[in-house]
Amino acid sequence: MAASASGTAKKAAKGTSRAQVNRTIVEFDKDQELHAYREMLLIRRFEEKAGQLYGMGMIGGFCHLYIGQEAVVVGMQMAAKEGDQVVTSYRDHGHMLACDMDPKGVMAELTGRKDGYSKGKGGSMHMFSREKNFFGGHGIVGAQVSIGTGLAFANKYRGNDNVSFIYMGDGASNQGQVYESFNMAKLWNLPAIYVIENNKYGMGTSVERSSSNTDLSQRGISFGIPGEQVDGMDVRAVMAAAERAIEWAREGKGPYILEMITYRYRGHSMSDPAKYRSKEEVQKMRNEHDPIEQVRQRLIDGGLASEDELKAIDKDIRAIVSDSADFAQTNPEPDESELWTDIYMPL
Amino acid sequence: MPIKVLMPALSPTMEEGNLAKWVKKEGDKIEIGDVIAEIETDKATMEVESVDEGTLGKIVVAEGAQGVKVNELIALILEEGEDASALDSVSSDAAPAPAAEAPAAPASVPAEPKSAAPVTVPDVEDEPEIPAGTPMKTQTVREALRDGMAEEMRRDDDVFLIGEEVAQYQGAYKISQGMLEEFGERRVIDTPITEHGFTGLAAGAAMAGLRPIVEFMTFNFAMQAIDHIINSSAKTLYMSGGQIHNPIVFRGPNGAAARVAAQHSQDYTAWYSQIPGLIVVHPYTASDYKGLIKSAIRTNNPVVFLENEILYGHSFDVPDVEDFTVPLGKARIARKGSDVTIVSFGMGMQHSLHAAEELAKEGIEAEVIDLRTIRPLDTETIIRSVIKTGRCVVVEEGWPQASTASEVAFRVMDQAFDYLDAPVARVCGKDVPMPYASNLEKLALPNVAEVIAAVKAVTYTA
Ligand SMILES: Cc1ncc(C[n+]2csc(CCOP(=O)(O)OP(=O)(O)O)c2C)c(N)n1
Ligand SMILES: [Mg+2]
Repeated sequence: MAASASGTAKKAAKGTSRAQVNRTIVEFDKDQELHAYREMLLIRRFEEKAGQLYGMGMIGGFCHLYIGQEAVVVGMQMAAKEGDQVVTSYRDHGHMLACDMDPKGVMAELTGRKDGYSKGKGGSMHMFSREKNFFGGHGIVGAQVSIGTGLAFANKYRGNDNVSFIYMGDGASNQGQVYESFNMAKLWNLPAIYVIENNKYGMGTSVERSSSNTDLSQRGISFGIPGEQVDGMDVRAVMAAAERAIEWAREGKGPYILEMITYRYRGHSMSDPAKYRSKEEVQKMRNEHDPIEQVRQRLIDGGLASEDELKAIDKDIRAIVSDSADFAQTNPEPDESELWTDIYMPL
Repeated sequence: MPIKVLMPALSPTMEEGNLAKWVKKEGDKIEIGDVIAEIETDKATMEVESVDEGTLGKIVVAEGAQGVKVNELIALILEEGEDASALDSVSSDAAPAPAAEAPAAPASVPAEPKSAAPVTVPDVEDEPEIPAGTPMKTQTVREALRDGMAEEMRRDDDVFLIGEEVAQYQGAYKISQGMLEEFGERRVIDTPITEHGFTGLAAGAAMAGLRPIVEFMTFNFAMQAIDHIINSSAKTLYMSGGQIHNPIVFRGPNGAAARVAAQHSQDYTAWYSQIPGLIVVHPYTASDYKGLIKSAIRTNNPVVFLENEILYGHSFDVPDVEDFTVPLGKARIARKGSDVTIVSFGMGMQHSLHAAEELAKEGIEAEVIDLRTIRPLDTETIIRSVIKTGRCVVVEEGWPQASTASEVAFRVMDQAFDYLDAPVARVCGKDVPMPYASNLEKLALPNVAEVIAAVKAVTYTA
């Protein structure tokens, strides 16, 4: 059949040259480098610990780790201001930590304990903090995109100058409601920043196998939404892109799309053996593009921090993570009466 | 102390696995994130990454071992500065660190909190909801609904109306007449035809504290948006441990209209009524439409508010008082009677009341209960009546399987079994997609004759 022929033709037509990726950076000063280092390391160590607790059976169900993608949410949050909202998918632990939520509360939710952010009733995929303007943690692929557009709508309705950061995966970017949301966001010029975290796979399906045009930053073109591909492994490039998008949205020009080219080191969830990609592919990313290692190198090479200073930070982070893990294992399970609470607000 | 490496659980269901391969050997340096071994789970072969750094001091479970239990000690890692002598301090049968024991089944499931007192018939009559002498005016359901929404929008700037054709066109069924003019396009918002998207948008706006009224042109189209109604709005209070409430109303015409056939004629009452976290309202009179839409907008819970296109043009008396509201979760006794209890809602009420009049001519006095709110269901009002009458018929336009009637019948059996003089009967829509042909459509819907027949059956007067 002609399928194979047209298949090849299609392949040649698609695929993005990485030359398009915007690598413009914000030059970080020492404080910014150290801040980014700390934040990303906290996420990395937290996730490793979560993986370990999962292995021990302390965390159940689905657990999706953010290891490898840390620069995205950290760079975005470095450009955010008080009152800006964040919403994302089930791969949400990193976003919560970057929103300054308490690692103890997050870890205790992962273990299903009473002082978890959702009293143990939401779990890894469903967590919120009204106080920190973190609106979930959503388990339905793509749902957060319309919800986040509603957060942006609320900002515009109230006439404040806050923006909403709406994260989704490359896989999620093929959901119909994403385009329904893009259309409304541009139609009404809502302050919505769509961050597509392109980690190259949606579960086991590569972007090439799921997307007719693999340049996801252009997914807003028919709506008139600007978009760009960003080096999502370089926290400085992420922050630079975030600043451009935020300025655009705060000025009332409407939504903006940032496609972050990133990578997840671990499987899709804890039970994914990741047979759909080669070990070399993973190793190459880790060795050549690791977001934390990049900052570390700059700190050392630029003489901004000594090995000892960085060791002290590592130790500090490890203590925070280990405290959160201890808390999450010793904190009691929710009282049985909680089964029946939080279903309705008083009528 | 050397660090213990335990057999990890790497799937939600894994209890044991095989140690397929050691990637690192004793004496190898280990960095955080290094793959140290491969194990076979119940699903796949998985790599085990180290979460600690140091030197692989000792392999406790050899390569090839089968059926290694989760949390069994498989290796020891020496920390920086430790040498092999430290290994002696750890016995290999050391009990694994806090092994998560399989959750024991709770001794008993805590009971759903509800009033413990058994339902009885009170000696004194309940106060009427609308006191005698209240000034009334005649209004259509359409006008009452519009007035209710407009009053709430005047009261609270956070309330807005969003949907297809709600603004400039004044509503596909002319419910929002005059609202764009009064409230402007900031608060009366025409959307593209994009149910999934605008419902999700409204759900998000509600999470941020606004109070959207989402109009579906009809509820048939809400199936494209049902994920947001259920997963995003109804469950979020629970999933957030009480942090995020969802003050949102989903409203629009529901059920059969006239000759619009299968895809445009479905009653969703029973569907939504199954969902904890949702309030489901389905009124009959204009007065209830007005009073209940106001309460629906005010509550901090998500409300599915089901309307009926045929009723839009029907007129009823509506209290002509300031800020008239009707409480959510309370049924209304529409007609008093002592021989049989007819439970219904929405259009079913029309058939039920007509049937009651006919039956009265034959000396059968039916008590007719208008549920108004289907979730939470006002069981108490139903049970009180059945205690009195000993017989019950449920009337609804929806399909019979897993219907509102099924639920009411169960509750009556559960709480008033000893009072029943006959099995509960029901009159539902027929178990078929709605046909187009005029004669078939009539057959598919409940009618007065069927209600009369059901009453005669339970009163053994046929
Ligand atoms: C509507 C829906 N369909 C399918 C799933 C199952 N599922 C969960 S995650 C996932 C892959 C999503 O990939 P992507 O959007 O790229 O995000 P990533 O996991 O890479 O962060 C799938 C298919 C789901 N949760 N929701
Ligand atoms: Mg992905």
